Amino acid sequence: MNSTLNNPGSGVVYTETVVYSPPEAYVNDVPYQLAIVELEGGRRLTGRIQGERAHIGDHVSFIEFRNQVPFFRKSA
Amino acid sequence: MENAHATTSQVEAFYLGNFAGPSFVGQNHLAPYVAAGMGMTGIPATRFEAACASSGAAFFHAVSAVAAGLYDVILVTGVEKMTSQSTPKVTEILAGAGDLCGEVRAGATFPALFAMIARRHMYQYGTTREHLAAVAVKNHQNGAKNPLAHMRKVITMEQALSGKPISEPLTVYDCSLISDGAAAVLIAPFERASEFTDKPIRVLGISQTSDNVALDEKADITTFRAVQTSAEKAYKMAGVKPTDIQFAEVHDCFTIAEIVAIEDLGFVKKGEGGPYTLAGGTCIQGERPVNTSGGLKSKGHPVGATGVGQICDVAQQIRGEAGERQVQRNSLGLAQNLGGSGATSVVTILGAA
Repeated sequence: MNSTLNNPGSGVVYTETVVYSPPEAYVNDVPYQLAIVELEGGRRLTGRIQGERAHIGDHVSFIEFRNQVPFFRKSA
Repeated sequence: MENAHATTSQVEAFYLGNFAGPSFVGQNHLAPYVAAGMGMTGIPATRFEAACASSGAAFFHAVSAVAAGLYDVILVTGVEKMTSQSTPKVTEILAGAGDLCGEVRAGATFPALFAMIARRHMYQYGTTREHLAAVAVKNHQNGAKNPLAHMRKVITMEQALSGKPISEPLTVYDCSLISDGAAAVLIAPFERASEFTDKPIRVLGISQTSDNVALDEKADITTFRAVQTSAEKAYKMAGVKPTDIQFAEVHDCFTIAEIVAIEDLGFVKKGEGGPYTLAGGTCIQGERPVNTSGGLKSKGHPVGATGVGQICDVAQQIRGEAGERQVQRNSLGLAQNLGGSGATSVVTILGAA
C-alpha cells in the first residue's frame, strides 16, 4: 500500500475525459485530461494525463505527484 | 399547503432537503429558518443532506417516520438557491459531493465524473453520442410543455450534438441546469389522507441505499449499484416488477445518467438504454415514458429540491393533471433520485389510491 502511494507505477486507462469547464481552483489548467488508471494489481487511481492524449486501454506510466495528484503519461 | 388544504398547525415535523445552502448563500441552520418563516415553531425542523438526493432522503425518512407511527403529518420540502454564484464556483461547490482527497483534488468536476462514466459505457456497450443526445432532445421536448420548467426550449439533434464541450464526451446539452427551486409534499397516514385531498397518492414502495463516494472505488462505473439495490428493495415492498412500472421520473443530472438509470431500474437490459431512448421507448407516447416533466435537463436541477420535485411530478401524472404531457397509463409511477456519482440512491414507487 505504501509503495503504491509513493509510486503507483504503470497502469492502463480505465476511463478518461478532457475537462473544459473547471472548478474555480483549476481555471488556469483547462483543458486538462483526467483519467482513472487501473494499476498493476487492480487498484484504481484518479489522476491527470500529461502530454499525448490517452484513451481507454492505453498503457500509462506514473511521472510524479503534484500537490498530491498523480500525473501519468502515455507509455511509449 | 394550499394544495393539501392544510394549515401549519397540523404539521408535526418539518423535514428539509438541501445540499449546500451554507456554501451557495452562506445561510446555515436552514430547517428551523424556513419553518419559522412559514409560521412553524415548536416542532422538530431538520435539514437532510445527501448531495443531489437530499430531499429524496428527507422524503424517505419522513415516510419511514409516519409509517413507524412517530408522527401523523410531516411537511417534506427541498430547496436550493444556486444562480447567485458563478459557474466555476457552482462547479466547485457541487464537486464537494465527490471525494475531495482523490478525484476532486485531481480536477474532477461532476460533469467530468459523468463524462468518465459515459466514456466507459460507450466502450463497454457501444453507446454513442447520438444516444446521449436523444435523452436531451426528448427531455427538452417535454420540458417545453411544462409551465414550471426552467428552460422551456426545444432543441434539435444537431444542436445537441454540436454543443460547447464541457467535459468530453459531454457538451453543454448533456448537462442539467444550474437552477433555483423548491418543492414540497405533505405526508400523512393513508387513513387520514382524505382530510387533505380527494386524490391521495399512495407510497407503495420506497428505499434508500448507499455506495462508495469515489468513482475509482466502484467495481463497475457503468452501473449505479445503489440504484440497483434501492430499486430491488422498493419493487419488493410494492410487490411489483420493473416492467410493471408505467412511467418514471429519473435522475438525469447528465444524459448518460438517464441511460444508466433506466438500465439499473430494470426497464431495459444493461447496455440497451441508449438504443431504447433513440428508438423513442421513453418519450411520452413511448412504451415507458421517462421524465415527462422535462427532467433535470429542462425542468431544472436545484439539487436539494430535485428529489421532492420528482415526487410532485409523478403525483401530478397519477392525478391526471399533467396537461399536454399527460401519459395514458398513469396508475403506477416511479421516482429515482441520485446523490453524487451514485453514493446515495432513493427509489420511490407511487400509485393511485
